[in-house]
Amino acid sequence: MDFKEKLLDSHLAFEQDVDLLHPIHKYRKNALKRFEKDGFPNKSDELWKYTSLASIVQKDYHLSPISDSNIELKDIKRYFLNDIDSFKLVFIDGVYSPFLSKTTHDGMDICVLSAAISKSKYKKTIKKYFNKIVPKNDSLSSLNTSYTKEGAYILIPKNVEPEDPIQILHFSTGVQNSIWLQPRNLIITESNSNVQIIERHQSLSEHKVVTNSVTEIYAESNSFIDYYKIQNDLLSSSLIDNTFISQEKDSNVSVHTFSFGGNLTRNNLRFYHKGSNISSTLKGLTIIESRQHVDHNTLVNHAKPNCESYQDYKGIFSDSSVGVFNGRIIVEKEAQKTNAFQQNDNILTSDKSKINTKPQLEIFADDVKCSHGCTVGQLDKQVLFYVYSRGIPEKEARALLTYGFANNVLESVRIPSLNKRIKKLIASKLGVNLGFDL
Amino acid sequence: MLEINNLHCEIEGKPILKGINLKVDKGEIHALMGPNGSGKSTLANVISGHEDYEITKGNIYFKSNEINELSASERAHEGIFMSFQYPVEIPGLTVTNFIKTAINETRKAKGLDEMSSREMLKKIREKSSLLDIDSKLLSRSLNEGFSGGEKKRNEIFQMVMLEPELAVLDETDSGLDVDMLKIVANGVIKFSNDNNAVLVITHYQRLLDYIVPDFVHVILDGKVVKSGDKSLANRIEDKGYDWLKKEIK
Repeated sequence: MDFKEKLLDSHLAFEQDVDLLHPIHKYRKNALKRFEKDGFPNKSDELWKYTSLASIVQKDYHLSPISDSNIELKDIKRYFLNDIDSFKLVFIDGVYSPFLSKTTHDGMDICVLSAAISKSKYKKTIKKYFNKIVPKNDSLSSLNTSYTKEGAYILIPKNVEPEDPIQILHFSTGVQNSIWLQPRNLIITESNSNVQIIERHQSLSEHKVVTNSVTEIYAESNSFIDYYKIQNDLLSSSLIDNTFISQEKDSNVSVHTFSFGGNLTRNNLRFYHKGSNISSTLKGLTIIESRQHVDHNTLVNHAKPNCESYQDYKGIFSDSSVGVFNGRIIVEKEAQKTNAFQQNDNILTSDKSKINTKPQLEIFADDVKCSHGCTVGQLDKQVLFYVYSRGIPEKEARALLTYGFANNVLESVRIPSLNKRIKKLIASKLGVNLGFDL
Repeated sequence: MLEINNLHCEIEGKPILKGINLKVDKGEIHALMGPNGSGKSTLANVISGHEDYEITKGNIYFKSNEINELSASERAHEGIFMSFQYPVEIPGLTVTNFIKTAINETRKAKGLDEMSSREMLKKIREKSSLLDIDSKLLSRSLNEGFSGGEKKRNEIFQMVMLEPELAVLDETDSGLDVDMLKIVANGVIKFSNDNNAVLVITHYQRLLDYIVPDFVHVILDGKVVKSGDKSLANRIEDKGYDWLKKEIK
C-alpha cells in the first residue's frame, strides 16, 4: 500500500480520537477529500519544479507515533532560548508535554490547539479563524487539515504585550523510527498587541521523521508580530512548513527563517493583506552543506493600498546542497502606492552545489514601487586574499565573509539572546571560533 | 630582513617579474618606483603570497627563512603586511571586528592568548587618533562607502594596529588629497623604527617628500634596473623613465 493510500485509510482510526461533532470536523473531512483528489505534489506542479517529495512519500511512516515519555528537561533544555521561565509549548513526538511546557490563560491564551478545540469558550474564536486562510488547492495543507488534532494555540488580546518571546518546540525522539508529524498552530494577535514567537522542530536522535506543519497567523489591526523559525535539524529529518499570515490594517509582521540543516526543508510562506498601511517582512538565511535541500516558496499578496513588503533571502550552499527560492509578489489593482522589495542573494562554495532562484512580480496596479532581483556568485578571490593578507587563515576568512554576507538578515533579529544564539550556530556550522562575538 | 634573489614570476603563463634582486634591512625605508606595467604591484602581491602569481625561479627570504611556499596568512603571521592599492569592501563586517579578528588570529598562530577587550579598545583608540580617524568610521562595514582617502587611511590604520615587521605600501598615495597624504605619511613615519622596514611602492615622488626613503629602486620590465638614494627619485620626477631605458640599452 502506498503512503497516500495509508493516509486515506488511516483516517477512520484517527477519527476514533477526535470529536466528530465539532464544527471543525467538516474541515477535516473536506480536506481529506481534496487530498485524495490532489495527492502529493509532484514535479509537474510549477511550485514544486525544483523540489521532489518522491523519495520521502515513497516510504512508510507511523501516523500516530508513540511518544517517548522519558524525555526530561535536561534532554531539551539546550534548545530553550534562555533560562528564564518564559512561556513555551513543548511537543514530544507530536504529543503535548504539559510537564515540559509553560502555558497560561491569565490575560492571554498560550495553550494547545486540542484544548482550544474542546473547550466551549474558544468555540467562537475557532469558528472565526480556523482554516480561513489556508488555500484549498494546497494538497499538503489539506493533508494537515484533515489530520488536525494538536499544535499551538496562541491568542494575544487587545493591547497586550507579553514580556518574553513565546517558544513553540517540537521534538522527535526516535523511540519509533519513521514517523510523520502534522502539527497545526493557530496564532491570533488582537489589535495593538505585540508578540515575539520562536518555532523550532528538532530531532533528538538520528531517525526518519517528516513534519508537515501548518501555521495560521492572524494579525489584527495595529498588532506586531516577530516570528522566528529555526531549522537546524539532523540529516534524517525533513520539514514541510506551511505558514499563512493574514494581516489587518496597520499591522506589522516579520518572519525570519534560519535554515541551517535537515534533509529536505520546504518553507511555504504566504502573506495576505486585508487592510491598508500594512508592513510585511520576510527574511531568510540558509547555510547548508552535504546533500541538504532547502526550498523557500514565498507569496506576498498586496491587496490593499499603501502597504509595504520587504523580502531578503540569502543562501550559502556547500558540497552537493541545493537551494530553491521562488518568491512571488502579487500587487492587485486596488493596491495602489504599494512598496514591495524582494532580493535573493546566493553564494555557491562548491562546483556541485546548486541554487534555483525565481523572483516573480505580478503587478496589476499602476502607481507602485516594486523591485526584485537575485544574484548567484562565489566568495571573491581578491577579497579572500585581502583577508588572508591580514593573517586570517582560509577557514576563518571564509567564515568572516560568510558572516558579513549574512549579517543584514541577522541585524533585524530583535531578540538579543536569539541573535547571539544564531551567530553561535553560524560559527559552529562554519567550524570557527573567531576573535569577536560572532 | 627581506631578501629577494633572482625572482621570476608569472601570472596565467605570462612572465611579469624577470629576475628581481632586492634587499631590505631592519630600520630602513625603501622606495620602489617604475612606470605602469613594470611589475611593481606584482612584486608587492608576490611578497604577500598572492596565489595567482607563480614563482618560476628565484627565492624570497624573510628573516633568513625562505617563504616561497608560505600562504598569505602565514606570511602575515611572520610579520609581512601589504597596504593594498585597491582595498576591498566587505559589507556586513565592521572595521573593528575585522581588525580584532586579524590581531587575534595572528596571536593564535604565535601561541598567544587573545588580546583582552580592554587592551584592544585602548589600542584602537590610540592608533585611530594617531591617524585622525573618527570612531564612527570604525563601526561601519569595512571600506563600504569609504572615500578613496578613507580607504587608504584605513589600510595604514590596520598596519599600525598589526605592527608588522615589513610593511609593503602599494601606491598608498594614489587618490589622496594633500591633507590626507600628510596624515597617512605621518602614520607611516611614526610606525617606522629600528626594528621594522617599509617598502613604499609609488608612481610619483610626491609621497617621498614626506616619507623620505633611505634607498630608491627603479623597476623596469620586471627587473630592478637602478638603485640609489632619494636623489634618484628626484631625477625620475624631473626626467621620467626614458633616460633609464636608454641607459640600460
